[in-house]
Amino acid sequence: MNVWIAIGATALGCYAAKLLGLSVPQGMLERPVVKRLVTLLPVALLAALTAQQTFSDGGTLLLDAKAAGLGAAAVALLLRAPFLVVVAAAVLVTAAVRALVQGG
Amino acid sequence: MLEQKADSQPPTCPSSGRDPDEPAARAESADPAGRGDRAVVRDALGVGVAVGLSGFAFGVTAAGAGLSLPQTCGLSLFVFTGASQFALVGALAAGAAPLAAAAGAFFLGVRNAFYGLRLATLLRLPRAVRPLAAHMVIDETAAVTLAQGTRRGARIGFTVTGVTLFVLWNLTTLLGALGAGALGDTGTWGLDAAGPAVFLALLAPMLRTTAARATAVLAVALGLGLLPVLPGGVPVLLAALAAPLVLLVRGRTRKGTAAEAPRDDGDRTDDADRTGNDGDADEADAEEPGEERR
Repeated sequence: MNVWIAIGATALGCYAAKLLGLSVPQGMLERPVVKRLVTLLPVALLAALTAQQTFSDGGTLLLDAKAAGLGAAAVALLLRAPFLVVVAAAVLVTAAVRALVQGG
Repeated sequence: MLEQKADSQPPTCPSSGRDPDEPAARAESADPAGRGDRAVVRDALGVGVAVGLSGFAFGVTAAGAGLSLPQTCGLSLFVFTGASQFALVGALAAGAAPLAAAAGAFFLGVRNAFYGLRLATLLRLPRAVRPLAAHMVIDETAAVTLAQGTRRGARIGFTVTGVTLFVLWNLTTLLGALGAGALGDTGTWGLDAAGPAVFLALLAPMLRTTAARATAVLAVALGLGLLPVLPGGVPVLLAALAAPLVLLVRGRTRKGTAAEAPRDDGDRTDDADRTGNDGDADEADAEEPGEERR
C-alpha cells in the first residue's frame, strides 16, 4: 500500500510539472533566479543519488563492485559513448568484478 | 519581451536535461531547415529505440527492489520520466517513507516543466492536446524537438519520439520486470549498477559550469554524510539544498568581485561537444549579464 502511495504521489507530481510547463505563460517561470535554481537542482539530486546508490546499501555506507562499475560508466562518458553503452559498461564491469571476487 | 527572447533563441537542446542523445545532436549539426520529414522521423526513432531499451534495466531494478509487476509497470505508464522512476525505486528499496521517496522523485521531475516552457513556444499546441502531450514532455522529446528548425519538424519529432519512447519504455519495463525473476539475484548480473549509471549519464552533461560542479560535490558530501544518521530518502532531499546554497554563496561572491568573476564555462568545451548541446553554454553565457544587473 505504501508503495502505491509513493507511486501515486510521484505520478501526480511529475505530471503536474510537465503540464505546468506547457500551460503557464512564459514569464512566470523564466525569472533568472528560478531558472538558475532549476538548472542546479537536478545536478544536486543526481549527484547525491549517484553517490548514494553506488556507495551504500540501505542506510549504511559501503564500497563494493558497483564503484568499479560506476568508474567504467565514467570512462564511457568521457569517451562520449552513447547512453546505452554507458549503462551496459557499468552493469558488465560490476558483474565481472563480483564474479572475480567470488571466484578468487 | 519574454516571447521575443524565447523566439530569438535558436532551437537548441534543453538547459538542464540529460544527454540529449546522439541522433538529436546530429540533427543539430545537419542543415536544420532543409531536412525532410523522414530525417526527423529517423532521428526521433533512433532516440526512442536507444532509450526505450534502458526500460529493461528499470524493470529489472524495480522488481529487484521488491516492487510488484503492476507497481513496476504503473510507474513506467504513469510517471514516465526515467530518472524520477529510478530515484523512487532506489529510495523505496533503501527503506524511505513513501512521501519522502516521492518528494525526491518529484524534484527530479520538476525540470520537465522547463522543457515544457520551451516546447510550448515551438509546438504551439492547441489547448485540447496539451494534457496528452504533457505526458511526453521529457528529456529525450525535448532534445529532439528543440533540435528541429521548423514547427512542422518539431511537431513530428516530438510526436514520433514521444510515442516510440512511451511504447518501448513500457514494453521493456514489463520484460525487465518479468525477466528479473528468471535472472535470480540481480546483483550477480551487476544490474544494481544500472540505476547509478543512468544518473551519472544524466548528470555528466550538466557539469559544465563551476556552479554545477560545486553543487555536485556538495550534494555528494551531504548525501553520503547524512545517509547513516537520517531516515531513508531524507538525505537526498537535504542534498538538494546544495543548489540554493551554491547560488547564495556565488551571489555573495559575485557582488564583491563582479569585475574579476571568472568565466564559468570556458574550460569544458569537451562536454559541450559530447552532447552536441552547445546551446547550453550559450545560454549560460546569456544568463550572466542578467546576474550582474541584479
